Amino acid sequence: MSVLNQAARRLAKASIIDVRSFATSVRRLQAEPLQKPVLNKEFKIYRWASFGSPCRPTFENPDEPAKKPNLQSYTIDLNQTGPMVLDALIKIKNEIDPTLTFRRSCREGICGSCAMNINGQNTLACLCRIDRDASKDSKIYPLPHMYIVKDLVPDLTQFYKQYKSIQPYLQNDNPPEKGEFLQSQEDRRKLDGLYECILCACCSTSCPSYWWNQDEYLGPATLMQAYRWIADSRDGNSAKRKEYLQNELSMYRCHTIFNCSRTCPKGLNPAAAIAKIKLDLAAD
Amino acid sequence: MLSTRALGLAPSLRQATFSPARTHVLRNVIRSSLTKRFVQTQSLKPEDGTTILNTQRLQRPSSPHFTIYEPQLTWIGSIFNRVTGVALGFLLYGFSLAYLVAPGTFDSTHVIEFVGGLPDAVKYAGKFILALPFTFHSFNGIRHLLWDSGKFLTVKGAYSTGYAVLGATAISTVILMLQ
Repeated sequence: MSVLNQAARRLAKASIIDVRSFATSVRRLQAEPLQKPVLNKEFKIYRWASFGSPCRPTFENPDEPAKKPNLQSYTIDLNQTGPMVLDALIKIKNEIDPTLTFRRSCREGICGSCAMNINGQNTLACLCRIDRDASKDSKIYPLPHMYIVKDLVPDLTQFYKQYKSIQPYLQNDNPPEKGEFLQSQEDRRKLDGLYECILCACCSTSCPSYWWNQDEYLGPATLMQAYRWIADSRDGNSAKRKEYLQNELSMYRCHTIFNCSRTCPKGLNPAAAIAKIKLDLAAD
Repeated sequence: MLSTRALGLAPSLRQATFSPARTHVLRNVIRSSLTKRFVQTQSLKPEDGTTILNTQRLQRPSSPHFTIYEPQLTWIGSIFNRVTGVALGFLLYGFSLAYLVAPGTFDSTHVIEFVGGLPDAVKYAGKFILALPFTFHSFNGIRHLLWDSGKFLTVKGAYSTGYAVLGATAISTVILMLQ
């Protein structure tokens, strides 16, 4: 009898505990949240900031005049970070060092803002997965051979000026009398692989020729856009466009190195586009 | 409390309150809101902007390039093509000019006699040093001609032709060395 009683009491106790569910208990409040194991990885990031200009924000130590660029090391837990290098950079900026400066916008590889040199290759930080091997560090530099505004932000003024110089818009003195320019499907197909360029400057800044002759050589990104308008059946100015490239430096500094196509984060092929301009010019 | 519990925010809030990094941030926030800051602004004319930008531009460093870029067959091969071309050019012009200056010393008979008197190891080493750049530059030249006629213009094509050039260079260098 007493055994039965005990069992009944125990059951009753158990049901009370069941009713007071874990979610409302004191133990729940004290419980540590379930966490993944720590996977620390080191990121070495190029840092440089100018000092002494009147409009600079005064985060930096003013007693330390313009230093040489250096690599700064940050260690973060990969299991608390998103999968892409851009996630790591944002985490570092949010949690460790708010002075770290980089460009970013769309985080899905369509704006081209976060172009940088990651582990020796130019790519978009938002499209580049973090190597989960924690024993190796990850090195992040700005785009190579560019003037640096701050940290990972290069000055792209020259790059944009070069793009502007090829007049990247439709030019035709004989517009159709009615409606819009029509194009055959075959002609339209010639623009595939050319129009998708987002001008992130990964290809141009991976090109050794562009490193040495940036002032006069237009570089793969601009040249591919030049070809994009030469190849367009609706454009009536291709003769002049070709003439603009007909000199020693603008295009012929391309030595078919293929760094541009190798590095393009959008999988485009600027080297082939330039080779086609060269063929066109040779046939002229 | 009830609402945080309902939303499941309790752990994160607790973490935010007690983790050392956050208390540090919190302290900074409190300190900066307590201390008064006197901000002085100075007005600038539009044209001063250009001056400021230009002084900044003078300070800007150039980011590192070939020292940090990953060594790839594409650009290392291209550099090697350039270097071998220049070296072979120097050899051709140097030898031709030397022959013009001193035809007696640099004619075929004397060169053959000189090389014939060298020890075998030096002969093989010399042949290797001459054959490697010559064959690489020649095969890579054919690769460039293929590209210029519109063939192999893909990353895959660039790599397969690149490896083909390396293989052909290795084989022909060995053959020329043993001649």
